[in-house]
Amino acid sequence: MSILIYTESENGKLKKNAFELASYASLLASTMSTDVVALAIGTENAEELGKYGVNKVLKVSQSELNTFNAQAYASALAQAAQSEGATVAVIASSADSKYLAPLFAAQTNASYVPNVVEQPVSTSPFQVKRTAFSNKGFAITEMSADLKVIGLASNSFGLVESGGNCEVVDYGVNLSDSDFKTKSVEVDKVVGKATIADADIVVSAGRGLKGPENWGMIEEMADVLGAATACSKPVSDLGWRPHGEHVGQTGKPVATNLYFAIGISGAIQHLAGVSSSKVKVVINIDPEAPFFKAADYGVVGDAFEVVPQLIEKLKEFKAQNA
Amino acid sequence: MKILVCISNVPDTTSKINFTEGDTQFDKNGVQFVINPNDEFGLTRAMWLKEKQGAVVHVVSVGEADAEPTLRKALAIGADEAIRVNAKPTDGFYVARQLAEVVQKGEYNLVIAGRESIDYNGGMVPGMLAHLLGMNFVNTCIGLEVDGNNVKAEREIDGGKETLSTTLPLVIGGQKGLVEESDLRIPNMRGIMMARKKAMHLVEPVDAPLRTQDQKFEKPAPKGAVKLVDPANLDQLIDLLHNEAKVI
Repeated sequence: MSILIYTESENGKLKKNAFELASYASLLASTMSTDVVALAIGTENAEELGKYGVNKVLKVSQSELNTFNAQAYASALAQAAQSEGATVAVIASSADSKYLAPLFAAQTNASYVPNVVEQPVSTSPFQVKRTAFSNKGFAITEMSADLKVIGLASNSFGLVESGGNCEVVDYGVNLSDSDFKTKSVEVDKVVGKATIADADIVVSAGRGLKGPENWGMIEEMADVLGAATACSKPVSDLGWRPHGEHVGQTGKPVATNLYFAIGISGAIQHLAGVSSSKVKVVINIDPEAPFFKAADYGVVGDAFEVVPQLIEKLKEFKAQNA
Repeated sequence: MKILVCISNVPDTTSKINFTEGDTQFDKNGVQFVINPNDEFGLTRAMWLKEKQGAVVHVVSVGEADAEPTLRKALAIGADEAIRVNAKPTDGFYVARQLAEVVQKGEYNLVIAGRESIDYNGGMVPGMLAHLLGMNFVNTCIGLEVDGNNVKAEREIDGGKETLSTTLPLVIGGQKGLVEESDLRIPNMRGIMMARKKAMHLVEPVDAPLRTQDQKFEKPAPKGAVKLVDPANLDQLIDLLHNEAKVI
């Protein structure tokens, strides 16, 4: 019996969400009196998981798994779940993990619940709390299969250092040709810039900016904060910004620590998509904008005046607190 | 090419969400139901494959009788036939199992579903369906070109996109990007008239286990009042974010 986590890496280094999964699984393991085992594929710094409570890492170094492949990774995870006798598996909410999770769950006859926001409500029966209705509600969901696959909502648990060292063992995965029928041809990804999925801060702007030519200040503000940029649905529909930046009910969900909404009125669909963010700051010229009702902090003012001033003040703040 | 588009019948995106019967059921009262937005992008992409490459397009929904108007709308948009599996869709695996049956009987080689429904947000039906059928699978699909059995697909990844090559038979979890918002079709009168004559097949469900069951629903806690900062005093905002919220 064990709790299995799938820890993602990028360029050989564990992603932040790997440590969040480890922290979450570690607390659950103490409740269930069991151990945490991590499956790490193409990871150089796997031993760092020990600090967050992982007991053992299965380190996979097969070259055919250098590039993410949902089917092959799901097969690897299924083998690990079996060899470790896992009763619970915890995976992240990234695009890759949400791609492989249903394949893995179907392969192992597991119960799978994504968007889980806290430790299980109960472990017997096994019940978890998750978001539903695009963050407009929560559901308490019972999982009845022998293996329970929990998809942990991003940034819902945080990092907790608890343990010390972990054992890292080399792990070989049996793969077949059928695992590679879908192949990656090209990855087109912004490098050196925070993404909406990983960033601690997101700076988002809407139609109040009047045109795509005015996004320079949004990008500058994001650079100062080390933040990702995002936009509202109309902005993406108008083609002012790429689809990947659209956040909201039909776009990407945002669960960041700090969310700036600049010139976004706050349609119910947008609010649903960003409601998991911890602190929301709204800058809008219209004091009646619905977003103010959903925000923690607000500035009623013209974005074209407020944002440049805010950038200067943030630069000063960063210089003093560097 | 024979395409099956899987449709969830979901509350309109502007719906207020309430629960009833001791917070165990979603309150449908006064709620308008629509084609799940992620599915609608896929349906439109399927229409293009029909018009340009001669594909046959059927739509399916696992749902009770109240799902029929939504399926009828898909027919009015241009799907050839509709199938309703007469069951309440409460669990992702259960729904995937029902759809697998429909795909096998109808010998579809391209299944287009949405990456998730906007009501329960499970995001698991397309992947589970692909596994049950032994078909290839592309999730968060934003580009799809089919040439014979060869498929070039694009998927959204965190911070960018990935191009994939794969083959039919294939299941995709689609979303915006498969077509643009402005490409979505509103049924015209002719489409609506024609839809009345198109086949709506009723299929009874096969036995399948429920691997998850929602026990209770909750609404988010009400939000406290916003703290407004004077635009002439942005130092205060930085102070609040640093010392009170501790997020910078």
